[in-house]
Amino acid sequence: MAGKMIEQERYTCAIGALQSVVAIPKALPILHSGPGCGMMVRGFFERSTGYAGGSTSPCTNFSESEVVFGGIDKLRKIITNSYKILNSDLQVILTGCTAGIVGDDIDSLANEFREIGRPIVTVETAGFKNNNFVAHGDVVNAIIDQYTNKFIDENPVRSEKRTVNLFASIPYQDQFWKGNLRTYKHLLEQLGFKVHILFGPESAGVTEWQQIPRANFNVLVSPWYGQSIVEHLKNIYGQPFFKFPHIPIGANETEKFLYTLLSFAEENDTPLDYKKAKLFIKHESAAYYEELDNLATFLLEFRYGLPNYVHIIHDAGYVVGLAKFLLHETGIVPKEQFIVDNTPEKFQQDIRTDLKGISTKKNVPLLFEPDAGKVQNIIRDITYDGRGLLIGSGWDKELSKEKHFDFLSASVPSPYRLVLCTGYAGFHGGLRVMEDIFNTVLASYR
Amino acid sequence: MKKIDLTMPEVEVRETRLGSITSFQGSAGELVKCSGHGRIQGKKRTFSQCIDCSISKAACMVTLIQDAAVICHGPVGCASCLHEFAFTYRVNAPLRNVAHPTQRRIFSTNIGEEETVYGGGDKLAETIRDVYKRTQAKAIFVLSTCAAAIIGDDIESVTNELESELGIPIIAIFCEGFRSKVWTSGFDAGYHGIARKLIKPAKTHKQDVINVINFWGSDVFTQWFAAFGVKPNYITPYSTVESLSHSSEAAATIQACPTLGSYLGAALEQEFGVPEIKTPPPYGVLQTDRWFRELGRILGKSEIAEQIIAEKKATYLPQLEKIRARLEGKLAYVTAGAAHGHALLSVLRELGLKAVGAAIFHHDPIYDSNTQKADALAQTVRDYGDIPNYNVCDKQEFELVNMLHHLQPDVLLARHGGMTLWGAKFGIPSLLIGDEHFSMGYEGLIRYGKRLIEVIENDEFVKNLAKHTANPYTNWWLEQEPYTFLKGKK
Repeated sequence: MAGKMIEQERYTCAIGALQSVVAIPKALPILHSGPGCGMMVRGFFERSTGYAGGSTSPCTNFSESEVVFGGIDKLRKIITNSYKILNSDLQVILTGCTAGIVGDDIDSLANEFREIGRPIVTVETAGFKNNNFVAHGDVVNAIIDQYTNKFIDENPVRSEKRTVNLFASIPYQDQFWKGNLRTYKHLLEQLGFKVHILFGPESAGVTEWQQIPRANFNVLVSPWYGQSIVEHLKNIYGQPFFKFPHIPIGANETEKFLYTLLSFAEENDTPLDYKKAKLFIKHESAAYYEELDNLATFLLEFRYGLPNYVHIIHDAGYVVGLAKFLLHETGIVPKEQFIVDNTPEKFQQDIRTDLKGISTKKNVPLLFEPDAGKVQNIIRDITYDGRGLLIGSGWDKELSKEKHFDFLSASVPSPYRLVLCTGYAGFHGGLRVMEDIFNTVLASYR
Repeated sequence: MKKIDLTMPEVEVRETRLGSITSFQGSAGELVKCSGHGRIQGKKRTFSQCIDCSISKAACMVTLIQDAAVICHGPVGCASCLHEFAFTYRVNAPLRNVAHPTQRRIFSTNIGEEETVYGGGDKLAETIRDVYKRTQAKAIFVLSTCAAAIIGDDIESVTNELESELGIPIIAIFCEGFRSKVWTSGFDAGYHGIARKLIKPAKTHKQDVINVINFWGSDVFTQWFAAFGVKPNYITPYSTVESLSHSSEAAATIQACPTLGSYLGAALEQEFGVPEIKTPPPYGVLQTDRWFRELGRILGKSEIAEQIIAEKKATYLPQLEKIRARLEGKLAYVTAGAAHGHALLSVLRELGLKAVGAAIFHHDPIYDSNTQKADALAQTVRDYGDIPNYNVCDKQEFELVNMLHHLQPDVLLARHGGMTLWGAKFGIPSLLIGDEHFSMGYEGLIRYGKRLIEVIENDEFVKNLAKHTANPYTNWWLEQEPYTFLKGKK
């Protein structure tokens, strides 16, 4: 992923995908890396230790002798002793730059443990090769290939017609991942699906991972990250995938997400009670608009100042999802938008097209630029009449102050905001975004 | 190789320069005895967990210089925790009278596979130019990383060339993680860069300025120094490139934490002629007495020191008695970096608690000042007696967990992130004070004592957490003796 320099990074390197392991109940990341990788990742995400991340994760802590002579022997000892010291259902070895350059053969080592029945997976996550958006897919695919596949006999491919595997928010990189995944699972269950959510407290842990092949098809809620997973599953198990290209926030996009998903399910012979499913969507939508009706008077009549335009600095899924939501469901107009997730070029056109669909009357300028320091300089030079809102990471708090913007922290790194299981996806997620924005605005009146 | 040689781009890591170790089991007294008799040999662990990186230690000292920019030359991940220092800078600015804290300028060269094959020197040069153009920084620090070091990028040459081109100091700091298991080597690397490229030989001498090498804690020294008619020059958080360059002009240097400032304190004395106050920092009554006396002596104002000591003791010792009465006999366990760990061991015992053990991240048998006088562990053992279960342990959580399980102390005192959780998981009240100045001096003992009483008495939260929390450690491990994997037998 060679690229230009980055100021104020909003994502981390490949080994940051160790957080995807941390997010699987009772899974253990084992780092074959330099001594600092784990703490860099922990420091980036903060409050992200989970079951066995952070200071709990075993690590070979490369020193000069491992750089020169290789670190396989040390890794073997550490894995052996990990089984004595820590309880875990699945172990995933992740390599850092040091092991990557030295060229340690971790897969042969892992085989020694697999032969005695250990559920152990290896994945290359040298930081110079990829970032964590990409490596998340590599981690998931490695687990599927090296773990899930071993249980294929008990889990016949596409044997459960109503079951789907869902891939959406990247754990920890999307700070609303827990809430969003819970929402997707709930919504889909109400439509009649059984959902393998795979990460977080709503996941059944490794048994759910074993049952991935059973699903009739896969659901991807993402503009690009995670697509390598559903493509891989299509290749190996023939499971088709349904893709919704941004985060469905609020009623319009959530309805669209659920209705198009139902159509896809119907085309793929999924035995659901479609009438009942559609009634559920109608009911949720009505409840949502009851809130919006209450809020509309405030939005239209509040005399002391509300933001009327917004800049968003986020990953592609949020930029498009939030922009569409804010324009249509709160009346805040998206001005220049910035995608800082290092979107691969082949996905950029589709994302542009998706954002273009926001309105026939508007053209929202969009820039793909991982160098967020550069993005901030661009925003510094833009001026509009009225009150501005900036949605970004903790890095953007000072810029907001400088520009007199209202500021909503909604991406990592997030030193100024705690997120536990709040989600922004779905009907309720939209309402929560409104609460967060307008509470921030109201808090400015003292 | 001299221990301090400012003509060299790199400083040796602590293992080779000071003989520092990251593993030891025994009592504090035994360790002190070993330290005084040549090199001690650390044992190897056959199990280890994530430790820490020299990069973040070097970075915390250079990122908080008001008008400098920092480039991490490596993959994007090697700079990913540095946003924490941007937060620190902003939040603690009022403590240091910085009214308008500016955005910290932190960059990554973001090297990829291509650079690991063809080298990243050109990209670094290009980045330095762009960073200068964007920030107009007064100095730019370049931190090395594991990847850049292994592929052999010549960071020193690139930075020297760009320094000539741009006309500002461009300082290479060699702090890649794999070089040292003692992550505080990163402090030394950062200070080495500052000493060799920023600090200028003194043209004048200021008798009213004392260098204070510290983190970003509250400003206690201005008030303390005022009685002596001197003021602090804080190094390096909230300093400027200009103020740092004049550090050579001060009358003396003190350290809030010798683990932090060992190298720079010695470099200022040996290379720039600024005497260093070598007695450990003022934690505990006895050491506070000594520290004020040493300060008075070096400034030629001993009578003022005696006056301060007498006045402060008259005010605070009666309060201290009351606090002691409430803490007497409680059992404490300490986990912290070396020097601050030693400080906490003095503080807690001054307050009447008993130290049942400690997990201290590393041990420097001697500091760069090369004198036994600076040995804070020896001092706490002399002043307050030996400490059993003194474990030198580089944040190995599994050993800490095992220790806490066996010792069941009444309170856990920690300094670094991630460790208090394990006290709480066992229902043990746990306290982390980030501000290293909080417990300093006579008044600090009162502050810390009150806080400690509050923490021990209000244990409802940790007791509840202990009932419900997850514990990934096996029962087998919890029943083993804590040093099982230190012997290398298993």
